[in-house]
Amino acid sequence: MNAAQTEVEFRAASYWLPNGHEILRNVNLEVRSGEILVLLGRSGSGKTTALKLVNRLLEPSSGEVYVEGRAGRAWDAIQLRRHIGYAIQEVGLFPHYTVARNIALVPSIEQWPRERIDARVQELLKLVGLNSEVGSRYPHQLSGGQRQRVGVARALAADPPILLMDEPFGALDPLTRSDLQREFLGVQKQLGKTVLFVTHDLHEALLLGTRIALLEEGRLVSLSSPQEFLGSSDPLVRKYVQAFSAADTARGGK
Amino acid sequence: MNFWSFVVENRAQILQLTLEHLWIVGIATLLAVAVGIPLGILITRKPALQKPVIVIANIIQTIPSLALFGFLLPAPWIGERAGRLAILALMLYSLLPLIRNTYAGIKGVDHAVVEAARGMGLTDWQLLYKVELPLAASVILAGIRVAVVISVGLATIAAAIGAGGLGELIFRGLAMVNNAVILAGAIPAALMALAADFLLGWLERSIAPQRA
Repeated sequence: MNAAQTEVEFRAASYWLPNGHEILRNVNLEVRSGEILVLLGRSGSGKTTALKLVNRLLEPSSGEVYVEGRAGRAWDAIQLRRHIGYAIQEVGLFPHYTVARNIALVPSIEQWPRERIDARVQELLKLVGLNSEVGSRYPHQLSGGQRQRVGVARALAADPPILLMDEPFGALDPLTRSDLQREFLGVQKQLGKTVLFVTHDLHEALLLGTRIALLEEGRLVSLSSPQEFLGSSDPLVRKYVQAFSAADTARGGK
Repeated sequence: MNFWSFVVENRAQILQLTLEHLWIVGIATLLAVAVGIPLGILITRKPALQKPVIVIANIIQTIPSLALFGFLLPAPWIGERAGRLAILALMLYSLLPLIRNTYAGIKGVDHAVVEAARGMGLTDWQLLYKVELPLAASVILAGIRVAVVISVGLATIAAAIGAGGLGELIFRGLAMVNNAVILAGAIPAALMALAADFLLGWLERSIAPQRA
């Protein structure tokens, strides 16, 4: 695999609301094949908007986002989305579908043969650490952590090369969250997807990110590896790191 | 003449009028479902139409039923037969609960579910029939239930224009000042409304989405 290949590229991408309020401003960013690129920022920094520009849930107001070298506008939006896995904090499992049917959603609308779908569901349940009997349950019968696992399995179902994750572990208790983060890293090591991962949690960003893109008020203010991020002299990055270590010290009681 | 002897003597006619009543309400409800649910879906897709559609359905609802029958009388084809006219009027009255509940049911679907569905590449149609309609079904059914119960009552007034149904006995009883005859029309109509309410309520609960 060519590690330097660009899978997703933001070129001068901006997004503003119909009333002119600017959410994202002139973002230039290349996401490389097989990396986990973390979009870090506080609420309202535009990180979720940036994610939605990739799978065309939102259209850039100016500029363009390229996926696999093709401009987003040149893609059929439906085909593009089926080509990209999508996992969100609220998960959004279909309450009237069993877990297995939820996971099988994209394969079944893509009309895979029945046996292939069944085999894929079993494979995915195992991959995300769930028993195969969970497949016949309904979402309301699962714990929060199990639901998130199903959400990740569903996003991976049709084996998309690109994965968008919007705080997928954000609503979980700290222990479950750290389990899922660790397991996700393991899964990613096997699969080598290109991942765009949104979080406001620096700890999560440092743990998971190959690179960290810091967004502030709709602008990309820094792009660096986790090590560089911690040592950065950029005032905004330093502020972020300091706030984080202050919180850590308070929590640690040292 | 007492009530029971009237019912026993006229059971064939009461049965026939009950069936007529059921027919008028049934066809009117089917038509209202065929028009109201698509309209309710339409206004979730075109927000600009939401206000006007709801306002018109509301206005129809406020027209007194006798007046509505009168208004529709000159209409071609419809006005020729009292049965057609009654069906059309009941359909119009049933639109509001159907449109409103379809709209509310779809709008009430968990935002995250819709977002995830769109993010995974469901088309508009797939979103509608795989996600929104199944999850809104119990709310839409509640609208049908309201419409049917209202229609069963209103259909008795259709007898005033000669559309038949159990209202015929009620009007005849009024003219004869005979309570037994009025009750022979009113009681089956009330039982019909209760039965419809019970059945549709049971159906509504059995398809309601499961919650944690």
